[in-house]
Amino acid sequence: MTIRSETLIGVVPRRRRAASVSGWLDRESVFSWLMMAPPLLFLAALVGYPFCYGILLSLQDRPVAHAGTFVGLKNFATNLNDPIFWKVSANTFLYTAAATLLKMVGGLALAVAMNQQFPLKNLVRALLLLPFIVPTVLSTVAWMWILDPAFSVLNWFLLAVGVPKPGPSWLGNPVLAMASIIVINTWRGLPFYGITLLAGLQTVPPELYEAATIDGASGWQRFRLVTLPLLQPIILIVTLFSVIFTFADFQLVYVLTHGGPQNATQLFATYAFDIAMGAGQLGLGASVALAMFPALALLIVAVTIYMRKK
Amino acid sequence: MVTGHGPVERALRLWLPVGFFLIVALFPFYWMAVTSLKPNAELYNRHMMPLLVLHPTLKHYVDLLTQTSFLLWTWNTMVVAVVATGISLVLGVMLAYPLARMRFAGAGLIAMTVAAIYLVPQPLLFIPLADLINRLDLGNTLSAVILTYPTMLVPFCAWLLLGYFKTVPKELEEAARIDGASRLQTMRRIFLPLCTPGFISAGIFAFTLSQNEFLYALIFLTRSSVRTVPVGVIAELIRGDVFYWGQLMAGALLGSIPVAIIYSFFVEHYVAGLTSGSVKG
Repeated sequence: MTIRSETLIGVVPRRRRAASVSGWLDRESVFSWLMMAPPLLFLAALVGYPFCYGILLSLQDRPVAHAGTFVGLKNFATNLNDPIFWKVSANTFLYTAAATLLKMVGGLALAVAMNQQFPLKNLVRALLLLPFIVPTVLSTVAWMWILDPAFSVLNWFLLAVGVPKPGPSWLGNPVLAMASIIVINTWRGLPFYGITLLAGLQTVPPELYEAATIDGASGWQRFRLVTLPLLQPIILIVTLFSVIFTFADFQLVYVLTHGGPQNATQLFATYAFDIAMGAGQLGLGASVALAMFPALALLIVAVTIYMRKK
Repeated sequence: MVTGHGPVERALRLWLPVGFFLIVALFPFYWMAVTSLKPNAELYNRHMMPLLVLHPTLKHYVDLLTQTSFLLWTWNTMVVAVVATGISLVLGVMLAYPLARMRFAGAGLIAMTVAAIYLVPQPLLFIPLADLINRLDLGNTLSAVILTYPTMLVPFCAWLLLGYFKTVPKELEEAARIDGASRLQTMRRIFLPLCTPGFISAGIFAFTLSQNEFLYALIFLTRSSVRTVPVGVIAELIRGDVFYWGQLMAGALLGSIPVAIIYSFFVEHYVAGLTSGSVKG
């Protein structure tokens, strides 16, 4: 690969460059910038500008449909004195950590189980990815009914296997509600981990396993000493991705619990939504949304640096 | 790969875990389907075995299609997904091609910026965007979401296509250049036709992401006639504390079908796209 790209990038243009020396590079960059201008302007207008405007909003007292007044860091101070804000922070970190861990371990197990030859393997792989494909809101509706206080099929199962007490109200109990959204997020995201890691597993040369087996390594040792180190880069990048989107999750919680009961499942995104869209306080809402930024920025920088290194 | 030793061990190593994952992954969909076919008398009867339907009925589907705007929402969702995907593919190519093929100052910076924007989740931007859409007077129009979905889809398509473009050999382009084709001609006539698999991968992802989007649609589309399926289902089939479970499940199932069909046709492209990001790099 290195030899080939050298001949392609280096040698051929260099020979050509001799023909039309300086104009060459110019035209390459002119073409590039002209080509990239429309998408870059689009992103500047609808991502860059809103981002800066969001920072400005967070420094304003800005009721919806009214002009804003500059209040400095007052919104952020309000947040720091708001016990719900602290609960929301703790919830978001717990949710992200627990769901990520479950997805990582479960995804690894799924990948290892799927990394065997068996009939209909492609069909099974396609079916396993369904939770990840289907619009989250729609599959969450199914979960809502699975966890329904009166007609929960889970509680019917509990009764059927002989649990004498009536089943719990899954979304009415703060602890169970949090556990429920963690499990459902895991249900949806696990296939992404599993299938990506499976693709990684398939690149591990079988000779490595054979060599390890000859050296007397047990199944667990082969997994820990051969598989895991080779998968590590993929695990890292998949995890970083998934952490970003779990941390900023909105849909699942909005549909399933609206952040309740008593804010037990309220996350940054849903809380910001409630304040901005429910209570109409755009400035305060923007400050809650921006509270996500430091953690997200760290993760985003980590991913981009990592991708650049590759 | 380690070979299994006997049927018992094979069952333990293979079918037990794979079966478990399959059941967990598919049960909610089964439950959706079964619920949508139950008459209300079965649906709200706690003493019946809930896993099967005794008297299946299409009543909930008929009600959904005749008493709600579900078909209109489906149409809206399709229009939005197709147009947003088209825009994103075009803009994505315009970003990815120079980044993959040209050498110019700032290319690394642009590539990193695009990757970073791809990772910005919507909840960080929805409040200022809501204000912006209001000021542009685009509230309750499909343009509001057609315009905002590409903010996440363009960086995504660009990033996925960039990876794909780099795997395409350069010889044909070199030849076209030597034959005197302009850069634009080379790109359009020679290069892009070679990249159909990349476009299919990026297109399917963009399409699924558009169908899945909820937050922007929830905020920008508050009138029933412009809603998309996810927002319509949540906002109009759940009225106060009254849940129309049969219709909800019918809607959830029907709403999932377009994505599932597209996905089933292109599953290999989808998996290739899914794994290209981290595996091939």
